[in-house]
Amino acid sequence: MKFINYLESITGVGIYPLISLMIFFLFFIGVTWFVIKGKKEYFDSIANLTVNDKD
Amino acid sequence: MQLEKFNYDNKIVKWFAYATMLWGIVGMLAGLVAALQLFIPAFNFNLPYTTFGRVRPVHTNAIIFAFVGNGIFMGVYYSLQRLLKTRMFSDLLSKIHFWGWQLIIVLAAITLVLGKTTGKEYAELEWPIDILITLIWVVFGWNMFGTILRRRERHLYVAIWFYIGTFVTVALLHIVNSIEIPVSFWKSYSWYAGVQDALVQWWYGHNAVAFFLTTPYLGLMYYFLPKAANRPVYSYRLSIIHFWALIFIYIWAGPHHLLYTSTPDWAQSLGVVFSIMLIAPSWGGMINGLLTLRGAWDRVREDVVLKFLVVAITAYGMATFEGPMLSLKNVNAISHFTDWTIAHVHVGALGWNGFLTFGILYWLIPRMFRTELYSKKLANMHFWIGTLGIVLYAVPMYWSGIMQSLMWKEFTPEGQLKWQFMDTVNKMIPFYAARAVGGTLFLIGAIMMVYNLIKTIKVGNFLENEEAQAPALAKDYETHHSEHWHRWIERKPIQLMIVSLVVVAIGGIVEFVPTFLVKSNIPTIASVKPYTPLELHGRDIYIREGCYTCHSQMVRPFRSEVVRYAPNEGDGGYSKAGEFVYDHPFQWGSKRTGPDLARQGGKYPDSWHLFHMYEPTQTSDNSIMPRYPWLFDDQIDVSSTVAKIKAMKRLGVPYPAGYENQAAKDMEKQANEITQNLMSDEKVKQFVEAEEIEKLNDREIIALIAYLQRLGKDIKVEMKTKQPVASNQ
Repeated sequence: MKFINYLESITGVGIYPLISLMIFFLFFIGVTWFVIKGKKEYFDSIANLTVNDKD
Repeated sequence: MQLEKFNYDNKIVKWFAYATMLWGIVGMLAGLVAALQLFIPAFNFNLPYTTFGRVRPVHTNAIIFAFVGNGIFMGVYYSLQRLLKTRMFSDLLSKIHFWGWQLIIVLAAITLVLGKTTGKEYAELEWPIDILITLIWVVFGWNMFGTILRRRERHLYVAIWFYIGTFVTVALLHIVNSIEIPVSFWKSYSWYAGVQDALVQWWYGHNAVAFFLTTPYLGLMYYFLPKAANRPVYSYRLSIIHFWALIFIYIWAGPHHLLYTSTPDWAQSLGVVFSIMLIAPSWGGMINGLLTLRGAWDRVREDVVLKFLVVAITAYGMATFEGPMLSLKNVNAISHFTDWTIAHVHVGALGWNGFLTFGILYWLIPRMFRTELYSKKLANMHFWIGTLGIVLYAVPMYWSGIMQSLMWKEFTPEGQLKWQFMDTVNKMIPFYAARAVGGTLFLIGAIMMVYNLIKTIKVGNFLENEEAQAPALAKDYETHHSEHWHRWIERKPIQLMIVSLVVVAIGGIVEFVPTFLVKSNIPTIASVKPYTPLELHGRDIYIREGCYTCHSQMVRPFRSEVVRYAPNEGDGGYSKAGEFVYDHPFQWGSKRTGPDLARQGGKYPDSWHLFHMYEPTQTSDNSIMPRYPWLFDDQIDVSSTVAKIKAMKRLGVPYPAGYENQAAKDMEKQANEITQNLMSDEKVKQFVEAEEIEKLNDREIIALIAYLQRLGKDIKVEMKTKQPVASNQ
């Protein structure tokens, strides 16, 4: 039994993988963009949260 | 800016630390007993409570939920307060969380030993405990989000994202996989059956590894490694990508546990593709961890905490490279059902979870008790003995796994299978012994740690409330016009949770929407009928005794398996999806310490099973299977028959209307047939008095024989009547 046999009974099933792929794609483009464009000082300040609190 | 004074709650951290030490030792001891049982069956003690099938779930549950679980909470409660510059939201919730979780662990240990199990790996706990887990998990989440909302630090450090991701995903996994119909207070049937149950279970099972053993520990790594090394994480940018990519991809990978089974091909392929993709974020995380130590490697030589953390992260890297490799169908064809999988998970459990926990404990306890570690030398010895233990555990298991698999597949030039199953089991014995040595070393190391820490605690002075100060969080946060949407998510814990949930839900939905429709699409096999009441009782005994921990019920479509398990025409061939439609829960298993049982029905006479269950070596020389003498004494619990049939009917199993009232009669009839059959068996006559056999009529052994003789029977009927058999391939 192939993939298509299970799926063809769902009306408009093609939209699910398409939406998933779009969410995945756009989200990761967004995250990557943020990570590349973000300011170094900002990332450094958060990264330093661990070492700056004294205990 | 005015500084506010407050206290960090160290007491709750201390409690969870003690709990992780205690349950760690208990869980490892259970593992050692299970390891010994595999080459010295006498360690099963001929008691129901101590057989491998019950000890193994005790071991896995104790390690995952008790040792690692308490380890997670220890680390989360310590780091969350400090990263957010606030005390935990509620001391009462912390207390309820702690004692509730310990209650779950104790209940789990008792019920598993008593054989109260759902028969789904790592989700064995019965429905009342499932509900308790849900409630306590909500308490944990409530306390965590309460703390986050009361924070004095605007931005949520990446460790907290991992905690939030863990919280939502574990909740989702636990609830979806635990949907079951109660039959009695300690018995339920999975709502799903066969193929669907398998897909849901391994979606859960894989993600229990992902979101209980991995993501929370990555959060701990991102906090405690920079702490111990006293330098910030190598790349905060990489950690952001690591988080999102990991949680998104992990959730899809479950079906790689079901390669070559009767699950749909597309789901298997999806599992493989996402498993391969997982290398990227996993190694991104590992590299981020190791590079945090750049320029500080000289300290690793001196600092025992760093030693443990470095080996933990390296083990994480090895396990997450191996995992995707094991997901390749051609590799999985060899590795699946063998000790290779056991080696793989123990590199993760002993190396990653074990060593990270140990490293954190060695760092945390002296700090909270304001003293130095009692003995650095002892801690160093622990490190080396533990490392040696991991190697001695893993290497024999890789060796035996690959060797046994190749033996299963080996043919003579004449085209016969070269090895009987028992031959391959015999070859495993030295490796099982070596593994037990490795495990013992690891356990000795852990005991040394506990001793070392108790000594530290004795001389220390515990700081219950640690004073701290920080400015209050400004109420009005001025957003920059150009603020990136991701920064907005980072500042808002609820949004972060929702986005995480959406991200993990996508994988689940795409895999499940078609899966839930399988029932209507599945190639039904006309001759596959519901179990008779006696067989159903037998099946429940099979589940209770944990037979699935050693026996699979899944003949994969390989020549070597079909020849071994269904050699003749009319034996049913490899397993088909349609055979399992009434299996609540499925019992495909994940390890073949013993042979597959999917085609067991009719293979041997009833008397064979009678002797075999009483004393396995009577029928199979050198068998390492435990004895089950109590099945010959204990009566079948007929009082539950009606409830069982009713529950099955509610799940859609097509018993005729009102069948529950007729079930007892049918059961007696079938039991009589089996007893008569046994009484007329020459071999039985030779050894056992007729009256003794007659007495067995209402005993559990008869139900178990009925079930074992049913396995694969329906498909054999189908083959004999020469109707075309539907295939899912």
